[in-house]
Amino acid sequence: MIKIQKLFNIKYVTITATILLFFIFYATGSMQYRGFFTLRTFVSLFSDNAYLGVSAVGMTLVLISGGIDLSVGAVAALTTMIIAYGTEVMGLPAPITFAIALIIGTSLGLLMGTMIHRFEVPPFIATLAGMFLARGLCFVISIQSIAINNEWFRSIAKWKIKFQGGKSYITVGVIILIIIVVFGIWLMKYTKFGRTVYAIGGDEVSAKLMGLEVGKVKVAIYGINGFCSALAGIVFALYMSSGYPRHLIGMELDTIAAVVIGGTLLTGGSGYVIGTVFGVLIQGLIQTFINFNGTLSSWWTKIFIGVLLLLFIGLQRVVVILSHKRQTSNL
Amino acid sequence: MLDNFRKITGSKAFSAVIALGAILLFNLVLNPDFFQITIKEGHLYGSLIDILNRSVPIMILAIGMTFVIATGGTDLSVGAIVALAGAVAVSLIRGDTEVLNEVSAMPLALVILITLGIATLAGVWNGLLIAFIEIQPIVATLVFMVAGRGIAQLITGARTLTTNFHPFSIIGQGWFLGLPVSLFIVVIVASLVLLLAKKSAFGMFVESVGISRSASAYSGIRAKLILVVVYGISGLCAGIAGLVVGSNIMCADANNAGLNYELDAILAVVIGGTAMTGGKFSIQGSMIGALVIQSLTTSIYAFDVPPEVTLVVKALVVVMVVLIQSKPFKEGVKKMALRGRQI
Repeated sequence: MIKIQKLFNIKYVTITATILLFFIFYATGSMQYRGFFTLRTFVSLFSDNAYLGVSAVGMTLVLISGGIDLSVGAVAALTTMIIAYGTEVMGLPAPITFAIALIIGTSLGLLMGTMIHRFEVPPFIATLAGMFLARGLCFVISIQSIAINNEWFRSIAKWKIKFQGGKSYITVGVIILIIIVVFGIWLMKYTKFGRTVYAIGGDEVSAKLMGLEVGKVKVAIYGINGFCSALAGIVFALYMSSGYPRHLIGMELDTIAAVVIGGTLLTGGSGYVIGTVFGVLIQGLIQTFINFNGTLSSWWTKIFIGVLLLLFIGLQRVVVILSHKRQTSNL
Repeated sequence: MLDNFRKITGSKAFSAVIALGAILLFNLVLNPDFFQITIKEGHLYGSLIDILNRSVPIMILAIGMTFVIATGGTDLSVGAIVALAGAVAVSLIRGDTEVLNEVSAMPLALVILITLGIATLAGVWNGLLIAFIEIQPIVATLVFMVAGRGIAQLITGARTLTTNFHPFSIIGQGWFLGLPVSLFIVVIVASLVLLLAKKSAFGMFVESVGISRSASAYSGIRAKLILVVVYGISGLCAGIAGLVVGSNIMCADANNAGLNYELDAILAVVIGGTAMTGGKFSIQGSMIGALVIQSLTTSIYAFDVPPEVTLVVKALVVVMVVLIQSKPFKEGVKKMALRGRQI
């Protein structure tokens, strides 16, 4: 009984709505199309969108803190370029290129965080500069697509846990996604760092006055997101087996949309990593719908996601207004 | 004298003017031909004219964006509206015909009117979401940014529609008095907007809403109406830019027309000295900001660098300009200068 009450608690309304919507979508698809309600389709939701999920976990932190990061797609693309150029042209071992990419991604994030915190540059502009820089560096490395044929890399990309006689499988990308999601949930729920992120998003000045380390945490948030973007790039490189400077253009929007659909308030201060996972899955479901239907064109994805965004933002407004009323009536 | 100097260096657009000057000077030193303007068939040709001509869409977008940013908002949807406007205009001109026609199915004036009307409506829609449902500007306009291109594709049937209707091409490719027609469009838009901003109370209301929306509302300013009008103007500007872009390429490309223009427009406004937190704004500054972005791109092209690498230079220039504008950075530099003097 307590649990049901908790579910309808105003705090959890948007996330409950997200999860409900996911199941409604899933049920509709299962009833309409043969082969929709199979383990294979379900698992491929994860493996096809693992990169988006990894990046969205980092973005959740950024949005909860009240910021925004436009650089994620470009940093992920840069990662695919570093891996491809490192292994194919420079002949470096693949794990070393992974490490280089992660270090560069994290450093870019920390740099942007420093600009935002230390020099009070608006997050939108600082990360826009980061996006230009990372995307430009992709083209500096190479203008053409580079296929990745490194043996170790290929074996990692091909490695999978098979079940159902090989019909469904889990890739390395999915395992990375699960690790990042668990890490994100732990970080936001059980650590001082996580609570500081919520406090910054709620009210930065109050957080500072409470003696929280606002500066360090703010810079670290962008550092973590830079790491997640690079990791998303690794997952995407494993998925595509190539580096291409035009990979993932506009991914930042998909990521932000997934986080918002997942119930995170863009004003900051509220949101859950698990909601983001469902946000990513809903986006994946829409794509699966369109694939199964076959006659719907891809632009419907865009219109659907626009309408969904609107729905969720409307819902969030209602929640904020209701909780406001509750607070004032308590006084 | 010193006062005048302070006035100039203190002006909002100062860092943008310096940046533009530096880029032009750099070109003068390395490439003297850069400033050459020749007359061919009664038209003026040269890199400078080229920069002006190419920066037209961003300049128009930046003019509308200035008001939006002055109210403390951002409009991410302008790029999508550019694509939508192009799609509407070209499909109206083509009508039902499937073949490429040199005549229009509708008078051009009507085409322009309907296109601009739809673009303004898109802006007003953003404004309504922001003013009345109180959704944050970034999110409200994100909705249209994502869905707008989808709607544009719906109109074009996901094809790249082209047209050969000559009068339409004048908007973006024509010449008048030796100069590109689109430059005259910018001048007209800028004059009208400046008139609105300086000669009426509108500009002050916009600043006031940007500084404090609730205080403005309490003092009797209809903040909600101002917001709707501001986003409407931004949509209208995006519509005009969409016509220029569409006329320039003579087709409706729902996927690529105006792609990332919103970022350049916002950047132009910020380089031009209008703070993203809202308040005081400078329309001239935003236009100079757009010129900075375009002259940077054009001058890099002149050095045979792959065009995409421009992004790296663009990133560095953005960082430099925003750091110059950043208060903590200025204070830090001042402190360092003082310390240097003490030693």
